[in-house]
Amino acid sequence: MSRRPASNSRKRIKDAQHESASFRARAIAGFALITLCLLLLGARFAYLQITRHSEFSARSDSNRISVRRVAPTRGLIYDRNGVLLADNIAAFRLEVVPEQIKDLSAMLADLGAVVALSDDDIEHFDALRKAKHTFESIPLRFKLSEDEIARFSTERWRFPGVDVVPYLTRAYPQGEQFAHLVGYVGRIDAADADKLNALRYAGTTHIGKTGIERSYEDALHGEPGYDLVEVNVDKRPLRVIERVASTPGKNLYLSIDARLQRVAEDAFEGRAGAAVAIDPRNGEVLAMVSVPSFDPNLFVNGIGKVDYSTLLNAPDKPLLDRAIAAGYTPGSTVKPYVALGGLELGLRRPDDTVLSVGEFFIPGQSRGYRDDKRGGHGRVDLVQAIAQSVNTYFYSLALDMGIDRFSGWMSKFGFGKPTGIDLLGESAGVLPSREWKRGRLNQAFYPGETVIAGIGQGYWVITPIQLAQAASILAARGVRHPPHLLRAIQDGLNTPAQVIATVPADPSIIHNAANWIPVEQGMIAVVNGGGTANGLGTGFPYVIAGKTGTAERYSRTDETWTSISTAPIERHQVLFEAFAPADDARIAVIVALEAGRSGAHDAAPIARKMLDAWLKDDDNVRTAGGPT
Amino acid sequence: MNRNIVLRLQLWALRALRRPYFDLPLIAALLLLALCGLVTLYSASDLDRHLVLSQAARFLLGGVLMLAIARIPPSVLRNWTPWLYAASLLLLVAVAVLGQGRGAHRWLNLGVMRFQPSELVKLTLPMMVAWYLHARELPPRWLSLAAVALLIGAPALLIAKQPDLGTALLVAASGVFAVFLAGLAWWRIVLVLGAAAGAAPVAWHFMHEYQKNRLRMFLDPESDPLGNGWHIIQSEIAVGSGGWFGKGWHHGTQSRLEFLPEHTTDFVFAVFSEEWGLIGVIALIVLYLFIVGRGLMIAANARDTYSRLLAGAISMAFFVYVMVNGGMITGLLPVVGVPLPLISYGGTSAVSLLAGFGVLMSIHGHRKLLPR
Repeated sequence: MSRRPASNSRKRIKDAQHESASFRARAIAGFALITLCLLLLGARFAYLQITRHSEFSARSDSNRISVRRVAPTRGLIYDRNGVLLADNIAAFRLEVVPEQIKDLSAMLADLGAVVALSDDDIEHFDALRKAKHTFESIPLRFKLSEDEIARFSTERWRFPGVDVVPYLTRAYPQGEQFAHLVGYVGRIDAADADKLNALRYAGTTHIGKTGIERSYEDALHGEPGYDLVEVNVDKRPLRVIERVASTPGKNLYLSIDARLQRVAEDAFEGRAGAAVAIDPRNGEVLAMVSVPSFDPNLFVNGIGKVDYSTLLNAPDKPLLDRAIAAGYTPGSTVKPYVALGGLELGLRRPDDTVLSVGEFFIPGQSRGYRDDKRGGHGRVDLVQAIAQSVNTYFYSLALDMGIDRFSGWMSKFGFGKPTGIDLLGESAGVLPSREWKRGRLNQAFYPGETVIAGIGQGYWVITPIQLAQAASILAARGVRHPPHLLRAIQDGLNTPAQVIATVPADPSIIHNAANWIPVEQGMIAVVNGGGTANGLGTGFPYVIAGKTGTAERYSRTDETWTSISTAPIERHQVLFEAFAPADDARIAVIVALEAGRSGAHDAAPIARKMLDAWLKDDDNVRTAGGPT
Repeated sequence: MNRNIVLRLQLWALRALRRPYFDLPLIAALLLLALCGLVTLYSASDLDRHLVLSQAARFLLGGVLMLAIARIPPSVLRNWTPWLYAASLLLLVAVAVLGQGRGAHRWLNLGVMRFQPSELVKLTLPMMVAWYLHARELPPRWLSLAAVALLIGAPALLIAKQPDLGTALLVAASGVFAVFLAGLAWWRIVLVLGAAAGAAPVAWHFMHEYQKNRLRMFLDPESDPLGNGWHIIQSEIAVGSGGWFGKGWHHGTQSRLEFLPEHTTDFVFAVFSEEWGLIGVIALIVLYLFIVGRGLMIAANARDTYSRLLAGAISMAFFVYVMVNGGMITGLLPVVGVPLPLISYGGTSAVSLLAGFGVLMSIHGHRKLLPR
């Protein structure tokens, strides 16, 4: 221990010079190391700032630049003559900026005393609030009344962060008349949001829910504009860098004639049913009515739960679009098509006759199939069979055809499958066939079922639009023009509307054109030749071809025979189909009523009024007229 | 009595004028750096004049302290060294027991002002190591090394426990540099480094969860881009988007729009890089290298071992600030709270740095007073 300090001090004195030199060496080594490290650091900077510059530059921009979508103005909907069916009107809504509210639930409670707030409003508001930033303005109540605006204005000081904001809302000036056809828009809900292009709908609050509003949502919506805004880390916008205007949605011109639609609707006088009118030359749907209806304006800003369940549960189902989605038994309205099939398939000649004795028997079976007239119609040919709606003629014809040829032929008129009209929610109906029965009931098809299929009974289910399409095909001598509602599209109010080119039609389904004549004559005789709807054509400038249909609403469970005249009204679905002028049809009309005495008594007059409106009262000017 | 004081003051002023005890190149470089710091801060704080003025006030205080320390002869400093070291160690213990601060016990409330004893240690520790080695046989052997390790380890561990890993690292580095400069044999350095690497898992075990997270994020920042990786990612974006020439002063979007956290303090270098580009970064690194080099030159010309080791350790520790901070903002090193010297906003580190340069100036100014 005593030796070390001595040796240390001796060494220290001796090595002072050496220590200084050694320090210099170490200082140089240290400086070299430091230079090396700083070079490494510089290289790292160069790597980030030069090699990866473009990548980080892009990320810096995507950090700071945010796109704020500006909702486009929805396209308008017109009828074929420019009558407005769906409009945008200025309205006011309440918007709330959540971050400016201290106690949201207390504020909503206070606000509810000034402006009516439904649970639905608050539910939607809460859903939006969760999806948006707290500094964003969120709509709470749409379409404030003037009263509400006035009341809120005087109380505004109590509600910082709540504001009345003008906006455009959808309005349906025709109200109930086009509720099913045009449909309505409603607030975007969670289910919609999942299906939508989030970018395109970022600023949009409403979306087409039903009808044309839904099926042409894409065209009506338009393209959103956007503001490129510089945002900070909280996504709070600081300034607008660039602004791109939105493109309004396209205006649609429907083939519907609002006047014809109103005539048809009025003619129903509130009775449940549907009517469709089609121009057989091009498939344009001229009128499409479903009674009863509802006010679509109720749905735009959120229908109350009570109102909605009233509509939903009403026994006459006002929300159902009967024209495309309700199923009817066609009854005798199928007879002209069956008759044409008999000629086309070579099973009948026009002058072949059948003896109607009041009851028809399948050879070897004891069950009888009845005629409408006790004792039968006697010996009838094809024209008489259609005019008098003689069941026996069609029982035997259907039996001769067999179910396979029967369903094969009838499907050419579009029965048993959707027509493809430009609306959503169309039903397929049922065309009786071996495959259908096998698939649905897993049973063989019996001859008795073929027999009653011949008069539109049994498994048959049609929709009004299907029957209208069939009538239209028949009127056009077998040429099918797919029924459609959209006639023209307009790109902004200042450009002319572009009429949509019609799809070239397939060749006629009738191979021998002469076969069409007796069927037409039969249908003319229905109206003008002492047939089931005799007298309907009185005072009409053109010849009407038509056919009645009266189907029992409830399936026959016993063998009692009931005459039409004594049957309770509720017992029958009544139908009428017609086209006119018979030789060169410009309109095909079908009317279906859910309850009535007979097709001739109840449905045919409605059809006549529609024919009048289109061909007589209006001198046919409007058919040629386009959107103005 | 009064006349006496006036006379002494006059004498002091005369001496100060005749012999200013400061190194002009070093003063010039520090002034340039401080100016650069204020300009960067003005932008990084989004033109907050108040913040820049308060930083300038600290520079002034630090500058006065620097010139005052420059007048104290190194021999006096050397005599005070053990006492200063013991006092700072006591203060660290006091902080551990009584200290206050956000989440970390770093501050000691002295009533009139709050005080961070770890800043004091940044000076007293290299002084103590230099003092110890000054009296020992050089290059140091294992025994001296063990004693020095104890001198370094005690305060470093106390600071790391606060927890303030950045300062602990800086403090330890200054001591280690003193040993390096004392000529510790290269093979011993290798052995010690090897042992340190072996002890790393043990260190991991003693780390706080947030420190572990910082290390994890350093290894893979994109694994948690909105959480712990956010700092690193946003900092790299700021640096990388600067390119060659930068976005221009006060045009750095990353800081102005607050994507970059801590943009006036620990991440101010990222703001600088974003606004001045690689050219600015290189200029700044060269300025730092010049200061370190000048400090090592002063050390090499010092008159005794104590002064040499102390000046060298202070200079090299200065480099550690730059390296750790620069490495952090570029993702080269893990996130450790070390400020960029004289540019990051924050009083205590600026003052203690300038005090350190005061010691350097003193060593420089007194190099020729005694014969070799």
